[in-house]
Amino acid sequence: MKTEKLMMKGNEAIAEAAIRAGCRLYFGYPITPQSEIAEYMSRRLPEVDGTFLQTESEVATVNMVYGAASTGKRVMTSTSSPGFSLMQEGVSYIAGAELPCVFVNVVRGGPGLGDIQPAQSDYFQATKGGGHGDYKLLVLAPSTIQEAVELTQLAFDLADKYRNPALILADGMIGQMMEPVELPPMRDLSTLPDHSDWALTGANEREPHKVTSFNIDPYGLEEMNKRYQEKYTRAVREEQRWEEYKTDNAEYLLVGYGTVGRILKSVVDKLAEEGIATGVFRPISLWPFPYTRLRELAEAVKFVFTVEMSSGQMVEDVRLGVEGRVPVHFYGRMGGVVPTPDEICSAFKKLL
Amino acid sequence: METKIAFGGPKSLSGKEFTYCPGCHHGIVHRLIAEIIDELGIQGKTIMVAPVGCSVFAYEFFDVDGTVAPHGRALAVATGMKRALPDRVVFTYQGDGDLAAIGTAETVHAANRGEKLTTIFINNAVYGMTGGQMAPTTLLGQKTTTTPYGRRAKNDGYPVHISEMLSTMVGVAYLERVTVSTPQDIRNAKKAIRKAFLAQIKNIGFGLVEVLSTCPTNWGMSPVEAQRWLLENMTKEFPLKVFVDKVGD
Ligand SMILES: Cc1ncc(C[n+]2csc(CCOP(=O)(O)OP(=O)(O)O)c2C)c(N)n1
Ligand code: SF4
Ligand SMILES: [Mg+2]
Repeated sequence: MKTEKLMMKGNEAIAEAAIRAGCRLYFGYPITPQSEIAEYMSRRLPEVDGTFLQTESEVATVNMVYGAASTGKRVMTSTSSPGFSLMQEGVSYIAGAELPCVFVNVVRGGPGLGDIQPAQSDYFQATKGGGHGDYKLLVLAPSTIQEAVELTQLAFDLADKYRNPALILADGMIGQMMEPVELPPMRDLSTLPDHSDWALTGANEREPHKVTSFNIDPYGLEEMNKRYQEKYTRAVREEQRWEEYKTDNAEYLLVGYGTVGRILKSVVDKLAEEGIATGVFRPISLWPFPYTRLRELAEAVKFVFTVEMSSGQMVEDVRLGVEGRVPVHFYGRMGGVVPTPDEICSAFKKLL
Repeated sequence: METKIAFGGPKSLSGKEFTYCPGCHHGIVHRLIAEIIDELGIQGKTIMVAPVGCSVFAYEFFDVDGTVAPHGRALAVATGMKRALPDRVVFTYQGDGDLAAIGTAETVHAANRGEKLTTIFINNAVYGMTGGQMAPTTLLGQKTTTTPYGRRAKNDGYPVHISEMLSTMVGVAYLERVTVSTPQDIRNAKKAIRKAFLAQIKNIGFGLVEVLSTCPTNWGMSPVEAQRWLLENMTKEFPLKVFVDKVGD
């Protein structure tokens, strides 16, 4: 596979990765700290015969994504926290109508208008169903720009595989940082999955297709829900992803995702210099959460220490995974404050 | 009134029995749209977007590919489809609550972008599906379940005139307000719908036909009374008119 290495900002790398995954349709409304995705798309998509549209709102955006996805084509949008809140009704419709598409939420401090600094306080919204009804998003959290590229591509593939929306949950740090990245080659559009059995393309010499999340009959709607749940069960079995760092002989396990997962590696190295053996468990798929491996690792440590840029959201999944085998402690910064390795070290050492 | 399609009806109707009340205009308008789709020979490349409202099942009634948009968002959904498949014909079918209250922004901006889309807008001055609450187009003094003393401007503002609003927009290629009360009105409405489709097919711009329609059930009238009330009251507030015609003959 031919690849090239470039210095890129996270937001731009995500946009280019999407195009290389075969995405030719982007709809979006500007919001910091991710507007570079829209700007990049507005420049790049016309070069590849794609369509960029700046919408009138995130409400319109998510529904344009719904319409485009219903034609079976790869489509994405990106936003930041308040914008993703605004999209939730549409996200629920898309999940209910079983349409593949990709969302990017470059999370900023909240609640409300909050600020524009990196945060992880939208974890519940992302993983527990931000909209109404029993649905799940496939949620992936990158911790480097390279990984953002890979996960963006994976997000499109998973969305197609499960006919379900996928979400890249990043934060302002990932969006704004520059790093060298290797980009994959352009995907040949003719190799994209065939959706001609359900897509809305005009019923030319076939029976009309109907794409909806609607069923007036509760038994019928329950059957639709069973189908969704079967997919989710399969995703839980097949799509748990994580990274481990020095977990082999760790006496304590540090857990964090995205930007925090990256910072925790320096924490582990610092503590190792002081003779304290710790390791990092970094969930990559936030849904499905990698409970299985976390449980195994928890068996071998004295306690688990979870760090987040929130008041403690993922820690609830960590507790579910650990199932009370060992204590689970938490350290968090809120409002867009990124914790330093030193302050995490001292918070950790207080627990010893 | 027309609540059932006797077979032998337009090819572009599926034949599924309509869910509309006796005397409701939704069914007549469906039939006109289907006839136009047949006559233009576009059934195999048409995609329709149904709203949330009494016509939520419209995606089942038309024998074309279709979906149901979230309440008010039909024109955003249709925009996404049309941008993905520019050579298909995409139309939305929307009520007044859908198009002129919750979906006003999507309506105005789709028109403003001159999306090559066609919209059939059913203005029945009431929220039919949810049981007869005030609509943005409810007339002053008109009683609904949420204006029990009649709509009062001081509290509820004035009826929204969508066609007049959109008529200033350069992206609009065809815009007419019609009704389907008399056979002559029906013939005229059909001509308007055809032009609203042609505005799209000829790539000129956005086409919309506002149809003043009855809701006998929520108006608390017989079909005949409803017909008369529409002609005597609604057409005064909402004059029948061609607002924009860039399609020609
Ligand atoms: C987000 C949301 N809000 C409210 C509703 C409830 N609702 C369904 S239809 C409707 C009004 C429909 O009225 P109109 O668009 O005029 O259509 P009609 O039934 O009169 O044809 C409302 C408020 C909904 N489905 N979704
Ligand atoms: S409630 Fe009104 S709009 Fe709805 S089907 Fe009955 S008559 Fe028609
Ligand atoms: Mg109405």
